[in-house]
Amino acid sequence: MAGQSGTGTSATRRLGILVIFLLATLALCGLWFSAEDVVQGSTVRIMYVHVPSIWTAYIAFGLTALCSGVYLSGKNRSLAWDRVAGASGEIGVLFVAVSLVTGSMWGRLTWGTYWVWDARLTSTAFLFITYVGYLAVRQLGGTHRQRARRSSVLALLAILEIPLVHFSVTLWRSLHQEATVANPNAKVELDGLMLFSLFLGLVAFTMLFAWLVLHRQRGMMLEDAFSDRGLDVAITARRNEAGA
Amino acid sequence: MEHASFIFGSWGITAVSIGVYAIWVIRRGRELAKHATREEMPWT
Amino acid sequence: MTGAVINKRRIAIAVARKDLTIEWNSRILVNQVAPFAAIVMVLFAFALDNDGILLRVAPGLVWLATLFSMLVVVQRSFTVESADGALDALRVAGVDMGAIFVGKAVALMVQLFVLELMLVATAVVLYGVEMTLAGFCEAIVTLVVATIGLGSVGTLYGGLAAGARGRETLLPLLLLPAVAPVLIGATRATEAAFGSGGATVSEGWPWIGLLLVFAVLFSAVGTVAFGPLVDE
Repeated sequence: MAGQSGTGTSATRRLGILVIFLLATLALCGLWFSAEDVVQGSTVRIMYVHVPSIWTAYIAFGLTALCSGVYLSGKNRSLAWDRVAGASGEIGVLFVAVSLVTGSMWGRLTWGTYWVWDARLTSTAFLFITYVGYLAVRQLGGTHRQRARRSSVLALLAILEIPLVHFSVTLWRSLHQEATVANPNAKVELDGLMLFSLFLGLVAFTMLFAWLVLHRQRGMMLEDAFSDRGLDVAITARRNEAGA
Repeated sequence: MEHASFIFGSWGITAVSIGVYAIWVIRRGRELAKHATREEMPWT
Repeated sequence: MTGAVINKRRIAIAVARKDLTIEWNSRILVNQVAPFAAIVMVLFAFALDNDGILLRVAPGLVWLATLFSMLVVVQRSFTVESADGALDALRVAGVDMGAIFVGKAVALMVQLFVLELMLVATAVVLYGVEMTLAGFCEAIVTLVVATIGLGSVGTLYGGLAAGARGRETLLPLLLLPAVAPVLIGATRATEAAFGSGGATVSEGWPWIGLLLVFAVLFSAVGTVAFGPLVDE
């Protein structure tokens, strides 16, 4: 029955259950079983969500660029590539936002301040804003082909932009910085369970990402189909509610 | 645990924001699927 | 083959001349954008009420004022096109979009360069900047190289945002993060040229190198990417 299954299939449902199981295990290992770090103390526990979320954001933006490139180079130019790129970009923005927030909370405990003008932090903030812009361009309107073409080119431009921003910010900081900010991962002595927690986090978040992309791009497919049909779903849905 | 509020806070922010997004994605998908034909949902 | 190249060059020159003629006739840059940029410089002086600080941050203020004014100039450059669908007409006629990009970018660069010269002069007068001859040469080189980068990126994203609803808000969102390397590089190079904060002239050249990389990359990419971005 199409109406009940939504964007899910039995495969995504199995993947979803696995993700929930992995995340629950991660919470148990990260917050309860794993020991505190010798240097960082309990703050290392923030890393078990911070590192996987920035990792996922990189994967997401990489996938966006990849799909955009395939869309532009492909002969048939299937809009499916564009939708995967868009879904991935949207999720990437979410994860980069999460990692900025959790990272600054970790920074407050470790450095005593929420924000430092460190090259990595600053370019991550630019990464975030660049892809917020990418999402805004996807909302510009026009036909699906226009959206796909514009946003694909923009996603490839972002790939060019981000290393430049990172490079220039690194140069900028190297001039001003007297005491280098502690490299977050440098002195962490990871024992077995901590390493396992970190690894588990990466696996769990990557699978969570895959699950989200699968659902979101199907949702986008339906959005595209409806706007092709000229049917405004929101209005119809509201009418149905009013009728019922 | 030392710094418990920050640690649970960061885990909480992660869980809530990703959770809210996931629920939105699923609900929006279900809402759209109600009005979709089978041809528009090739995965079914 | 060579005929096509000559043809492209002719298109680029025609587009640039058209944009500059429009600008010359309307004098928007001189009558509206330049006063806007000047008032920004004066407002900075109000906000940072201290001569020492002003001298220290003068290069950054020059480039911030340039970026803000640039948003206005870029929008104007494409309002002219999209008002009567001129860009669409050119595309339908099969005119090479890369050549149009070069033409519009050059026109934008000329306007930006005039604006920057004026802003540097304002900084010298208002903030009491003193330059050596070597510093002056370096400042000119910085202006030229930074302007090529800014003009390319500005034209690229200006074309994308043109004709879209809410472009006034979209353009800064796309443009400002993209030109951050120019702001960093140009500010440091200008600091060296102005000698602010004890910087020496020789410290500026590596930053001009960064600006050069940016300018070359984005003018090359812009020529290719402009067509697909400014689509039908």
